Amino acid sequence: MTKSELIEAIAARQSQLSHKDVELAVKTILEHMSEALAGGERIEIRGFGSFSLHYREPRRGRNPKTGDTVELSGKYVPHFKPGKELRERVNLGLQGGL
Amino acid sequence: MAALTKSEMAERLFEELGLNKREAKELVELFFEEIRSSLESNEQVKLSGFGNFDLRDKSQRPGRNPKTGEEIPISARRVVTFRPGQKLKARVEAYAGTDSQ
Repeated sequence: MTKSELIEAIAARQSQLSHKDVELAVKTILEHMSEALAGGERIEIRGFGSFSLHYREPRRGRNPKTGDTVELSGKYVPHFKPGKELRERVNLGLQGGL
Repeated sequence: MAALTKSEMAERLFEELGLNKREAKELVELFFEEIRSSLESNEQVKLSGFGNFDLRDKSQRPGRNPKTGEEIPISARRVVTFRPGQKLKARVEAYAGTDSQ
């Protein structure tokens, strides 16, 4: 499912908002989530999961083309931990043979 | 540390898009529910600019009860993994972070 299919699916399940409103809302939610993580804030959605930042230590890397050593500074990467309901439903999908 | 929650997301939809509070709350609910429901039916979710929610089938593997040390197999299961997109990775990488996480 892509972002536009997600917008379609949400629009099909509610009657008050126009397709355009749903599209704007989805984009606003994703921007809000990105903004939170970019500012070092966690995201916690009960039944879905939580997003946090994990720190990666600085390390010495190599340029694969030239073989030169490069110093890579420490950085943060986004991490997602699925919540209980999501874990259970996805796993039931497996048991159900999907 | 403070965490972003559904109610703040709904609040922003109210403030920025002028949805009423009930519509805003319902929309945030539907957003997460539609993603769950796609993953539940074994379909990955790709949100460009943010990231992909992928599914991985894991086969049964040996495990142990950490309390008793007893050996018990960990059953085959399907799990969700999140792969952040380039844009999100670049934005997060720039975070200088002192006391996060």
